[in-house]
Amino acid sequence: MANPLYKKHIISIPDLSRDEMELIVKTAAKLKQAPDTRLLKNRVIASCFFEASTRTRLSFETAIQRLGGTFIGFDNGGNTSLAKKGESLADSVKVISSYADALVMRHPQEGAARLASEFSSVPVINGGDGSNQHPTQTLLDLFSIYECQGTLDGLHIAFVGDLKYGRTVHSLTQALAEFGCRFSFISPEALGMPEYLTDDLDEKGISYQRCDSIEGVVDDADIIYMTRVQKERFDETEFKHMAAKYILNLETLNGAKDNLKILHPLPRVDEIAVEVDRTPYAYYFEQAENGVYAREALLALVLNEDI
Amino acid sequence: MANKLQVEAIKTGTVIDHIPAGQGIKILKQLQLVELKEKITVGFNLPSKDLELKDLIKVENRLFTESEASQLSLFAPSATINVIENYVVKDKFAMSIPDVVEAAFDCPNSNCISHSEPVNSHFTVKQKTNDVQLKCKYCEKSFSKDIVADL
Ligand SMILES: [Zn+2]
Repeated sequence: MANPLYKKHIISIPDLSRDEMELIVKTAAKLKQAPDTRLLKNRVIASCFFEASTRTRLSFETAIQRLGGTFIGFDNGGNTSLAKKGESLADSVKVISSYADALVMRHPQEGAARLASEFSSVPVINGGDGSNQHPTQTLLDLFSIYECQGTLDGLHIAFVGDLKYGRTVHSLTQALAEFGCRFSFISPEALGMPEYLTDDLDEKGISYQRCDSIEGVVDDADIIYMTRVQKERFDETEFKHMAAKYILNLETLNGAKDNLKILHPLPRVDEIAVEVDRTPYAYYFEQAENGVYAREALLALVLNEDI
Repeated sequence: MANKLQVEAIKTGTVIDHIPAGQGIKILKQLQLVELKEKITVGFNLPSKDLELKDLIKVENRLFTESEASQLSLFAPSATINVIENYVVKDKFAMSIPDVVEAAFDCPNSNCISHSEPVNSHFTVKQKTNDVQLKCKYCEKSFSKDIVADL
């Protein structure tokens, strides 16, 4: 039987079922253990970065090559003749998808990947569309959580920092809700979790709490997911006063459970003290490495009927 | 029959009746009825049996489609649309909130790809307690119906 993701577009986390997410995570784990260079043999993947994003692009291109595939593409769409000649994205996608077996795409406008999927003759994988979705980031986060906890079910996840604008937090919450996780949201009031997302959690009967400090949840959390609070959003004194509450250091981690792991989508600025890197709780560099395996898994699944 | 509205019969056209008072003006704007240059008769704050007050719009020589009816239902779910041909009611749409609204309004998100590409706008409709929310298929943002239609 064909795997359920064969020839599918990967646009948005809410499109994926719990089973599909589990399949991706387990495939990533398998590929991390045993690389298989035949999975994309003789396949050409188009890597279309209409907006620069060096790390996402490099990790996709690494994934393609590790599975034996080759790629074509560009890394700065604004500088290509596509942009200069004013061709619609729809037409560009029609043409590029006739050259390649799959299309990885990053674009500055929201909805670009969904639109591309309507005009592409091959699977489209969303590498980020404006402030909307970045599903491969969420899948690598899921894989990292699975890897360090041995399960995705029923965990207590604490999100810290800017929960209002952090799209990685939004999609990860949607994904983990499928696995019955519970959540603690720790943020300045002005950067709280958007209501439409907590409404969704209410509808699904998922339990969550808003908290003031990391200390309040550290003795119960399985995962602390840190994000950066952007200075630009506050005036200077307000920022200094507030930011201290959302910084993780050795002291904050007193009383943590043994299995606690700290994640961060990187780059970090100063929200995790460097001294934390040496503790067994730090997992953000493994998490960054896992991006390659999660992307390998996706490409392998959409392009191979049986895997 | 003192309160009975004296509506002049029309030969061909559409009568939108039982519009909640205050919504009639929005409907005129939303469907760009005034630009039609057809004869339009409007009644605001008319007495009504079911509603306290109602608005009513008659447009001559303009037949409504089912899709226009579903746009209307977002603003006036209690309204009825009577399509009249040769002085008889040829079609009667009862209003119901649609699951999907296509090509009716632009997405309010200015960075949404749907503005610059050869596609129709497309929203899925979700009823909330005090609001109807429209979610854009492309940018996946949700908006209150009043923001989407900019009324
Ligand atoms: Zn939109």
